[in-house]
Amino acid sequence: MAEVTLKDVRKVYPGGVEAVKGVSFDVPDGHFCVMVGPSGCGKSTLLRMIAGVETITSGEIRIGERIVNEIEPSERDIAMVFQNYALYPHMRVYDNMAYGLRNRKTPKDEIDRRVREAARILEIDALLDRKPRQLSGGQRQRVAMGRAIVRRPKVFLFDEPLSNLDAKLRITTRVEIKKLQKALGTTSVYVTHDQLEAMTLADMLVVMNAGRVEQIGAPLAVYERPATTFVATFIGAPAMNLLKMGGAEPALLLDNASVPAEGAIIGIRPEDFAIGAGDTAPAGGVALPLTVGAVEKVGPESFVYGTLDRGDNVIVRLPGQHAPAPGERAVAIAAREKLHIFSVDGQQRL
Amino acid sequence: MEKRSAFNHRFLPYALLVPQLAITVVFFYWPAIQAVWQSFLLQDAFGLSTAFIWLDNYRDLFSQPDYYQTIVTTLVFSGGVAVLSLSLALLLAVQADKQLSGAGVYRTLLIWPYAVAPAVAGVLWAFMFQPSLGVIARILRDDLGIDWNPLLNSDHAMIMVVLAAVWKQISYNFLFFLAGLQAIPKSVIEAAAIDGARPARRFWTITFPLLSPTMFFLIVVNIVYAFFDTLGLIDAMTAGGPGKATETLVYKVYADGRLGGDLGGSAAQSVILMIIVIALTAIQFRYVEKKVTY
Repeated sequence: MAEVTLKDVRKVYPGGVEAVKGVSFDVPDGHFCVMVGPSGCGKSTLLRMIAGVETITSGEIRIGERIVNEIEPSERDIAMVFQNYALYPHMRVYDNMAYGLRNRKTPKDEIDRRVREAARILEIDALLDRKPRQLSGGQRQRVAMGRAIVRRPKVFLFDEPLSNLDAKLRITTRVEIKKLQKALGTTSVYVTHDQLEAMTLADMLVVMNAGRVEQIGAPLAVYERPATTFVATFIGAPAMNLLKMGGAEPALLLDNASVPAEGAIIGIRPEDFAIGAGDTAPAGGVALPLTVGAVEKVGPESFVYGTLDRGDNVIVRLPGQHAPAPGERAVAIAAREKLHIFSVDGQQRL
Repeated sequence: MEKRSAFNHRFLPYALLVPQLAITVVFFYWPAIQAVWQSFLLQDAFGLSTAFIWLDNYRDLFSQPDYYQTIVTTLVFSGGVAVLSLSLALLLAVQADKQLSGAGVYRTLLIWPYAVAPAVAGVLWAFMFQPSLGVIARILRDDLGIDWNPLLNSDHAMIMVVLAAVWKQISYNFLFFLAGLQAIPKSVIEAAAIDGARPARRFWTITFPLLSPTMFFLIVVNIVYAFFDTLGLIDAMTAGGPGKATETLVYKVYADGRLGGDLGGSAAQSVILMIIVIALTAIQFRYVEKKVTY
């Protein structure tokens, strides 16, 4: 059990590429922290620095009370689940799981007890004598999890552990990881590019972009109050509609004097729109006339793709299967409290 | 049904096989059959009369203490060459695998010795170790106080030919080890590091076992090399001497047949060598496919 603290952590690769540009945050003991961002945003590099398989250019990483910058990965008391699982191909499942304990000179009967217990929890007891190549992808993933939990480390690190699984297995495994982490209460840092995985797993969400942290917070708090337009579009699917408005337009539209003179970006989530009949806006809200371009009905909900009269493309998400037909005119209505207002550069929430 | 490519011309497939078959027949099967036949014959010194003597050549061979001595020499030589060239090549490959700057140059330089002809390599090393002229011989004598003389001391001669043979073979082993090391996923090594294994333990419990197919293949190749391909090297360096200290089985075939004129006895020896090669190859095929996979 330990907290993980990052203080102004940077990574510059030889050749000058700056992958991580000064990241600071603090994962409290027992929390499940998910770092999410598009590929190349530095999230995996950061995780690998916490693991110790990547050097830290500057800054400080602490696990518990200890600064681990100069400490070998073997001494950090962490466990990591890799994207490709990285099982030892020449060892049986049992030995794969026992390897870390043997390295730490754990007594034999203790190793046996712990490996069997982990195997029971993960339901891989029947596979202990197999070699990794005899296992399916999902089974390998479980062995990789087992290898992490037998050690009872201070911190679990996960590097996109579900991305090699098929869609169905990904959902069930996601739920199991969450349950397991809650049961064990071990501090975890998890990297993914999938915002749904991030939303469902995290106690604490760290949204990264281009080597920097864009926002840190509880998943729903981030969803409800995204700090920048990047976060607004990255979290939530389909992405938030952003309407760039210049000069006095937002003030006029919103009847709100606090919008700066150079304009603002108005964000509206597809699910916060409703399709109205008339074009009268609710008090303080917006009513945007549009022409429906396409409609997708997926069963429980429908997506309407339309073009606003002012030129922007928007997506409206409607519950159920009732939606206007392509070619029709409609009005998208959103209430005042559902609007997100950002500065023109998208870097600030107003 | 297995899918087969179809030829419209009946003889085309055979015609396509002919070049390879011709080479094999002319350079392998024909001499091999000749050797087997020759090993049953006894010729007089002038080649005027030939008698068919069944297995007498073999019987003779196994009644000579000399032959057993040669077997021991061959085992010492091959063992020395295989162990040294494999371990040094592995060490170099592990270093080359640690992406350091200048890795490309380092690799290229290590591969060069393989391109040197055996006889040239032999002369080169013989010069360096030549007791009165050689650079290394001088260091050994003047700086280390060793009474170095491979021309008279049989241990010294053996050390010298082993070193030269090792030097030639390291490149080959290095290439295979490096390829083997690069085939091991980096994340597996990282997982072992996170699992608490320090570098030395990581090497012996993860890297080394994962290299075992490469290792096994190279052991066989190196033994075959030491047994058969070192003839030119030994001839150029010591010609099997001093006495018969560096005379290996294959060199004895050459010495007895070509230099000693005992064609029948020499043929019998080469038949035995042929059996050894066949056995080694069979072992390799059997085990490479079965046991040494993980």
